[in-house]
Amino acid sequence: MTAEPLLQVEDLRVHFPVTEGVVFKRHVGSVKAVDGVSFDLYPGETLGLVGESGCGKSTTALALLRMLEPTSGRILFDGRDITSLSQREMRPLRREIQMVYQDPFGSLNPRMKVRDIVGEPLVVHGLAKDRKAYRMRVAELIERVGLLPDMAERYPHEFSGGQRQRIGIARALALEPKLIICDEAVSALDVSIQAQIVNLFKDLQDELGIAYLFIAHDLSVVRHISDRVAVMYLGRIVEVAAHDQLFSNPRHPYTEALLEAVPVPDPVLESQRDHQLLRGEVPSVTEPPSGCRFHPRCPKVLERCSNDLPLLEGEPGGRAVACHLHDHLHDGVTDRLQP
Amino acid sequence: MSDTLLRVEDLCVDFPTESRRGRRRSVRVLDHVSLEIERGETLALVGESGSGKSMTALSILQLIPEPGRATAGEVLLEGRDLLALRESEIRAVRGNRVAMIFQEPMSSLNPVLTIGRQVAEPIRLHRKASKAEARERAAELLEAVSIPDAARRLDDYPHQFSGGMRQRVMIAMALACEPDLIIADEPTTALDVTVQAQILALLKDLTSRLQSALLLITHDLGVVARYADRVSVMYAGRIVESASAGKLYGNPSHPYTRGLLQSVPRLDDSAQTRLVPIDGQPPDLANLPTGCAFSPRCPQVHDKCRLERPELDSVVAATDDGPHTRACWGPEQP
Repeated sequence: MTAEPLLQVEDLRVHFPVTEGVVFKRHVGSVKAVDGVSFDLYPGETLGLVGESGCGKSTTALALLRMLEPTSGRILFDGRDITSLSQREMRPLRREIQMVYQDPFGSLNPRMKVRDIVGEPLVVHGLAKDRKAYRMRVAELIERVGLLPDMAERYPHEFSGGQRQRIGIARALALEPKLIICDEAVSALDVSIQAQIVNLFKDLQDELGIAYLFIAHDLSVVRHISDRVAVMYLGRIVEVAAHDQLFSNPRHPYTEALLEAVPVPDPVLESQRDHQLLRGEVPSVTEPPSGCRFHPRCPKVLERCSNDLPLLEGEPGGRAVACHLHDHLHDGVTDRLQP
Repeated sequence: MSDTLLRVEDLCVDFPTESRRGRRRSVRVLDHVSLEIERGETLALVGESGSGKSMTALSILQLIPEPGRATAGEVLLEGRDLLALRESEIRAVRGNRVAMIFQEPMSSLNPVLTIGRQVAEPIRLHRKASKAEARERAAELLEAVSIPDAARRLDDYPHQFSGGMRQRVMIAMALACEPDLIIADEPTTALDVTVQAQILALLKDLTSRLQSALLLITHDLGVVARYADRVSVMYAGRIVESASAGKLYGNPSHPYTRGLLQSVPRLDDSAQTRLVPIDGQPPDLANLPTGCAFSPRCPQVHDKCRLERPELDSVVAATDDGPHTRACWGPEQP
């Protein structure tokens, strides 16, 4: 890719302190929710971020928006380091990065009319010149996401889950952002409605050139919508690749196991598949395993996996994998230690 | 049918709502639901939220939440109508002949009782086993569902188990009395995919070893394809199509089934072909159209569909792998 990345994340870490005692809160350890995440996101592209619950997907999203303070690492948006901007300095940037949430019930204020929910960002950022312009812009947004103009006067409880998600999308579009972070934005919806919203996301991207960071646990949806996909496990990215490469030729054993676990809606195909099940469950983030975090569950574990943390190696914007099985791919570097 | 275990016939469940101008109103959440499960087979009941899947499951064991009532129909377990049983009689069936596994492994276990006691409860109750016998059996069951160090974990409490482990405990409880039928209501929806695959494989393996039938309630069409022998599709409180899994996926006959299959993004689709959603919004049970409930969203709707409700009828091309039925006025091949 030739263009400059819109978003660059370098070695992002978000650690939460674990304390003991009430008065003198002794620091007894930390939960490393995000522990060394790096990726690039290019303008107009969709990067899927997948992983099981607790792997740090949502924490990463919140840190990007500076709704959680990163412990270390760098976040560059449009080439500008935003890691240590004050909340005041962040404000204009929030026009550029918007978010669509998972829960279409919890993320809309039940006491506000749809018009005011969708229009609130315009008011906050002082973009509504007068009442007429404001109304016209809101009407345009409502129509753009496939709702009817008279719905502006109604309250959220009058809408179904899919329609509420459309309202949330209209609100995110109001400021014409360059990047929308979708945190499980279609996970709560039934399949027939989910397909409507997925198509809407794609259409908006084609028309407006918005980039998406699409966070989800459903691999089928992610495969469908993403240009590239990053797989997370226990706070780290284990593999990044173009969507067709990742799904047809996964390199990390965890990616392989994830793909194996997802059933395909076709009984003939399913009966031919060989179901290699992963043993065990995701370990706790408070005490992650040493070395490669996946090694206790990995079917292809090597001796060094329990000591050496494999780093994500590969070319920027291309395919990369963090696994000792693929060390030979990278200039014969054999032993890497945790930085 | 050769060896029918459970037959649900024309089951209707109504929920009364507040009366308006003196007139009693009610919402029909199950509308003439009929299904059949043979001994040892897995029937999947699929549909979107609010379609009546869980209500069907609850009705089988007389667990319909108040103020709902089964107003018509029968639930026949080997010819005996479960709906007609008294509370004491249905209790002898619950957990014994028919067991249930719920979606939320967090809230279906009692947090203040040990795991051992909860797994032993159905054995104590239905098999009149002594405390020591029941405890021994509970340890065996936990081992059967692959809980490591089972005997020592009997005295642990639910909060000491992870989500996947709790669902294993639920399965152990359901299997305790070797039931003829296990009803699993979205058993893995709350779990991660790798754990979901483990739990479903375990459930399938154990039910086939005990030769229990499984009624698997899910919204995940992939799970159905992997585990079910036959499938019934529900929409707005009715069954709209029933067939063997192979037939339903290979040759879906109801427009809703076809719509569902087309709207699922597939992991094996490399082309990112545009999804074909079903237009419109999910149905409102209190305000269903006169004719077919799917007619406002159906791409092949015609006049008759808006006036008359179709019954569940045989599809002409019946095959050797069981009957194929659907409720639709349209032509069989669009």
